[in-house]
Amino acid sequence: MPNNNSRRQDHFVAALEDTPIAPIDKLDESQKARSTWADAWDAMRRRPMFWIASSLILLIIVVVLFPTLFTQVSPTVCHLADSNGSPTGGHPLGFTRQGCDVFSRVIHGAQASVTVGVVTMVLVTLFGGTIGALAGYYGGWLDAIVSRVGDIFFALPLVLGAIVLMQVLPARTAVSVALVLALFAWPQIARIMRGAVLSARNTDYVTASIALGVSKFKVLVRHVIPNSIAPVIVIATVSLGVYIVAEATLSFLGLGLPTNVMSWGNDISQARTSIKTSPQVLLYPSAALSITVLAFLMMGDVVRDALDPESRARR
Amino acid sequence: MLWYTGKRLLQTIPVFFGATFLIYFMVFSLPGDPIAALFGDHPPAPAVIDQIRAEYNLDKPFIVQYFLYVGGLLTGDLGTTFSGRPVIDVMVKAFPITFRLAMLALAFEAIAGILVGLISGLRKGKWFDSSALVVSLLLISVPTFVIGFVFQLVFGIQLGWARTTVSGDAPWGELVLPAIVLATTSFAYIVRLTRASVADNLNADFVRTATAKGLSRRRVVTVHVLRNSLVPVVTFLGVDVGSLMVGAIVTEGIFNINGVGGTLYRAINLGEGPTVVSFVAVMVIIFMLANLLVDLLYAALDPRIRYAK
Repeated sequence: MPNNNSRRQDHFVAALEDTPIAPIDKLDESQKARSTWADAWDAMRRRPMFWIASSLILLIIVVVLFPTLFTQVSPTVCHLADSNGSPTGGHPLGFTRQGCDVFSRVIHGAQASVTVGVVTMVLVTLFGGTIGALAGYYGGWLDAIVSRVGDIFFALPLVLGAIVLMQVLPARTAVSVALVLALFAWPQIARIMRGAVLSARNTDYVTASIALGVSKFKVLVRHVIPNSIAPVIVIATVSLGVYIVAEATLSFLGLGLPTNVMSWGNDISQARTSIKTSPQVLLYPSAALSITVLAFLMMGDVVRDALDPESRARR
Repeated sequence: MLWYTGKRLLQTIPVFFGATFLIYFMVFSLPGDPIAALFGDHPPAPAVIDQIRAEYNLDKPFIVQYFLYVGGLLTGDLGTTFSGRPVIDVMVKAFPITFRLAMLALAFEAIAGILVGLISGLRKGKWFDSSALVVSLLLISVPTFVIGFVFQLVFGIQLGWARTTVSGDAPWGELVLPAIVLATTSFAYIVRLTRASVADNLNADFVRTATAKGLSRRRVVTVHVLRNSLVPVVTFLGVDVGSLMVGAIVTEGIFNINGVGGTLYRAINLGEGPTVVSFVAVMVIIFMLANLLVDLLYAALDPRIRYAK
């Protein structure tokens, strides 16, 4: 090389074959680069908690989609003669006060509870994620508005806000409950997405892409969002459980799903009248609800540990 | 500190107006007539409607309505319940009970949570830590109202250790069980938070220095590790006031306590819209004040917050 600088360097750097460091330091360039997601997958599948959580979630999905696989008994055909009856053949968990089959109601109740949770989570993630990403990436007036609006919504705890809105809403359906919950929950995801995008925006690869002439929007979609989506995925997983609890709490207060809709929250609320005589009627839907929430919490924990290299190193 | 306090106070003002505006907007400008909703299936005479409209200032422009409402909130005029009692009277009577319940719950979750979290963090990976993690995960996933029913069933009905309903003036002894119910979810969060932060701080340089200069382990743990680990816990306690209030609605409803939450619970069940709205508005204001207080406390504890831009 004719460059003066590099010739001077030659004095100080030993020839590669003289140093024993070379084989240690050597990069195997033929090997494919591993993505964060591949690393995370390797970290996850070594943990038993991941397999417990994912099999529970799989089971819940199957119950929601095909309840008749688990029970042939109709949850709505009830005989008052069976009121608060103990378990008999074909009715493993006994009967409710109205004489309905508890097992069948627990199985069929999954649909409404999980649907509200999932719809809320999808709405919150799409809306909050988009708003947060745009606010963090473009900054300026959009960011100022989003941050201030977020502050206001933060002063309203999720269920408290939902209580007021559900109180005045004329029609209560699974969709309206999900919409109301999403309305009060989106600022949390927006804030997290905004923070992640802010730190991704100032990295070298973003500067490099912009310098190469890639449009600003394309950089956001191709580079910034994929590199800041991890914390959003973690929070979304955990919040799915939170939303299911929120729906159940609203139903328990009489402000959630209408009483003719079968859901765990409604069943728990109705079972409280006979808590002294037949507590099991209350306990089974409660257990189903708790196990569902637990599954998503565990999944969130595992995903967070896998996606956060720092906590992986610490463990 | 004074400058920070002023700045933080100023920040609260737009949030206060924003949040109350949001509540007011939701209730009074949504499609559907709030007056008609008061009467159910039988619409009242037009004269009655006009009278109620005037009473609630609904005949004035929306923004004027809102400021009249905020003025009422600030001067303690919260309207009347359906039974004709002023909401503020009910509130004043109910508030001390809820305050005592919340203090008991906060004390329980803070003391027990920090203790369990500290032991867990110090013995990371041992059986105590693993079981504390599993138990806290379980407690977080069981909703407060389920815990309430289970406790009522086990301790109230089956074991007979406590009363299932709390009497009118709510003596301290009867509040213990509801307070534990109210505290369980937050207790679990505090355990996890303290554990993570203790485990982190154990590897910090200042802890190594303290150990290296010969301090006893007891002193290192209590003075250096624990004190530094409490910062995130204090922040959490402020946010937690919000979930305590929602929890209080459920817990006071289950144990039939005549506090703010219990009154709100009954108002919801009776469909007393205006009472519900006033109570929630007051709760939101308390939540904002609690957060303000915690932020100031936090700034007093940690000088970096005060001087940060």
